[in-house]
Amino acid sequence: MPEIDVRLVDVTKRFGPDVVAVDHINLEVRDGEFFSLLGPSGCGKTTTLRMIGGFEEPTSGLIELQGQDVTWLPPYRRNVNTVFQNYALFPHLSIYENVAFGLRRRKVPDQEVRRRVSEMLELVELPGYEKRRPSQLSGGQAQRVALARALINRPAVLLLDEPLGALDLKLRKQMQIELKRIQQEVGITFIYVTHDQEEAMTMSDRIAVMNRGHYEQLGTPEELYERPTTRFVAGFLGVSNMLRGERLGEDGGYAVVQVVGGARVRVPRERLNGRAAVEVGVRPEKIRLLSAGAPAAEQLNRLDGRILDASYMGVSTQYIVRVADEANLTVYEQNVERTEEGSLHRPGEMVSLAWTPEHTFVIHEGTGGDAGNAG
Amino acid sequence: MTAIARPFAPARPRPTVRRRVAALVDHWGLPAYTVAAVAYLLMPIAVMILFSFNEQVGKFNYQWHAFSLDAWANPFGRPGMAAAIRTSLEIAFLSTLAATALGTLIAVSLTRYRFPGRSATNLFIFLPMATPEIVMGASLLTLFVNTAQPPLDTVIPKGVLFPLGFNTILIAHIMFNISYVVVTVKARMAGFDRRLEEASMDLGANEWTTFWKVTFPLIFPGILAAALLAFSLSIDDFVVTNFTSGLTNTFPIWVWGSLRNSLPVQINVVGTMIFGTAVLLVLGSTLLQRRAQ
Ligand SMILES: Nc1ncnc2c1ncn2[C@@H]1O[C@H](COP(=O)(O)OP(=O)(O)OP(=O)(O)O)[C@@H](O)[C@H]1O
Ligand SMILES: [Mg+2]
Repeated sequence: MPEIDVRLVDVTKRFGPDVVAVDHINLEVRDGEFFSLLGPSGCGKTTTLRMIGGFEEPTSGLIELQGQDVTWLPPYRRNVNTVFQNYALFPHLSIYENVAFGLRRRKVPDQEVRRRVSEMLELVELPGYEKRRPSQLSGGQAQRVALARALINRPAVLLLDEPLGALDLKLRKQMQIELKRIQQEVGITFIYVTHDQEEAMTMSDRIAVMNRGHYEQLGTPEELYERPTTRFVAGFLGVSNMLRGERLGEDGGYAVVQVVGGARVRVPRERLNGRAAVEVGVRPEKIRLLSAGAPAAEQLNRLDGRILDASYMGVSTQYIVRVADEANLTVYEQNVERTEEGSLHRPGEMVSLAWTPEHTFVIHEGTGGDAGNAG
Repeated sequence: MTAIARPFAPARPRPTVRRRVAALVDHWGLPAYTVAAVAYLLMPIAVMILFSFNEQVGKFNYQWHAFSLDAWANPFGRPGMAAAIRTSLEIAFLSTLAATALGTLIAVSLTRYRFPGRSATNLFIFLPMATPEIVMGASLLTLFVNTAQPPLDTVIPKGVLFPLGFNTILIAHIMFNISYVVVTVKARMAGFDRRLEEASMDLGANEWTTFWKVTFPLIFPGILAAALLAFSLSIDDFVVTNFTSGLTNTFPIWVWGSLRNSLPVQINVVGTMIFGTAVLLVLGSTLLQRRAQ
């Protein structure tokens, strides 16, 4: 059982009578993990982080840090540090003094300060920048200084609020790798806020996907992508095809669901969880396109349809397939299988869509979210 | 763009007189205007400085007689003058100190916190600047005099606000200075990034340390500018001081009093000194601000 570093118990934050920024969140972040809060703008990520940091007091609920109740402690009495979105470096202090700020507050002797600051600047790959002012740094460098300034205090938890938000794409990618490396090197728990699903997926051990003040699903990037349990999560983490259906019965380890046009789709039984009317989904890249009537393995799920649109995108081709005049499904096909030019499927062509039942996920609308801490 | 910047460029027609005049105005217009404006602003100061080197002939320093350093050699050598200057400096110093401290705190709380009466306070702070000085002086006088009457005389001991004197001038100056300090410091606070204070507390500094290590250094240029303004307003004030000074002389009051029978060269000398000090202070604060950026 890994140790819990941060625990949120039924935390709610209201701003005035109408705005519920955070709505009864329960969360457990494990020691040493890279944990992300992912969600669209205004869903309450920053507010959640600010409550953990001590900049905002919850309206109700409890916040624990390494087993200690810190709900009402001011920021300077909590063993957490924050990397602010716009860095918030002190403009009147040199880089050295910025990084040393936390140590100075704790009256660490000069010599040790010097050693640890240069160690830290080494870690973020900015040695020799001690004398500069924050205004003389690039965005990426300021970002690293902000990181060094927080990490030098060896907090139990580091909070990062969209720390890469202001950087351009290339630098962002580079800093993602860098951040992950640093996190592994120092072994500190990171709670990372972002609205970029790709960023969250590449960096995190676990992600809580937030929507309107609570999280809809919590799990590893793979779990969330492969088996989203709400429509929101399915849509937020990439493209997905959703089909409404009704449970017909069971077949071995699978439940059989009747979807559009009477077609039957098999789903691992435990995912259906005994429900009768369901919504199932499948990611576009899991689907294989077959010419109509072509033989396919018995155990695959199979739908017939007509191609509406094909767009060649270099690495892959995206097809929109109309199934039973009811649903449009998106299919990505890697351009590896078709060697001859012009051998792509054409709009109007009849095709079959096939995928393994294990790639079918089931939406549990209404039961996901704040109920518990799965994963 | 180029067409606007060089209206005569394209065909280079033969310059007519009109065009030549237009070109001259084009080229010299702005510099000439600037020189004229600056000269207009500096003329009184130049005259003041020039006449501080005048030779004292008769009682009034209105006409140029001859170059002399007599007044500079003995700048405070008039009865009552040194005492008046001393009072002026003391009041300017104390009122600046008090108004800057109070005004800064007001400015910080006005920009920082929401509380009932905040907008009203914002308005009231502005009022002393908008009220005619003579009205303010007269009402202060009434107020101070009334502290010696029942029922106020039971609350406020005699000698604090009445009879008029050093205390009342000081209180009056602090009062009008606070407004200017609040307005100046508020302007500086407006661009202040709250997250810097949050970052400081995040890094282990409590509210007190955060104020001195982060907030204060960052708004210091504003506070300094406010203090300089307060000092110069105080040392210069005549109208309000005249109502509230009683028998105490500040430098402006002394000048006004002596004007009835004399206008010694020393007045220009002291005026020049005050001006020189002000210039030095402004230069210093500009340098300081430039370094801080
Ligand atoms: N100080 C505040 N006063 C009033 N409402 C606020 C305040 N701070 C946040 N909110 C509201 O609370 C909700 C959540 O805000 P929050 O900043 O946590 O969102 P977020 O997920 O961080 O969004 P973003 O990705 O845009 O930063 C929003 O509706 C926001 O308008
Ligand atoms: Mg945010």
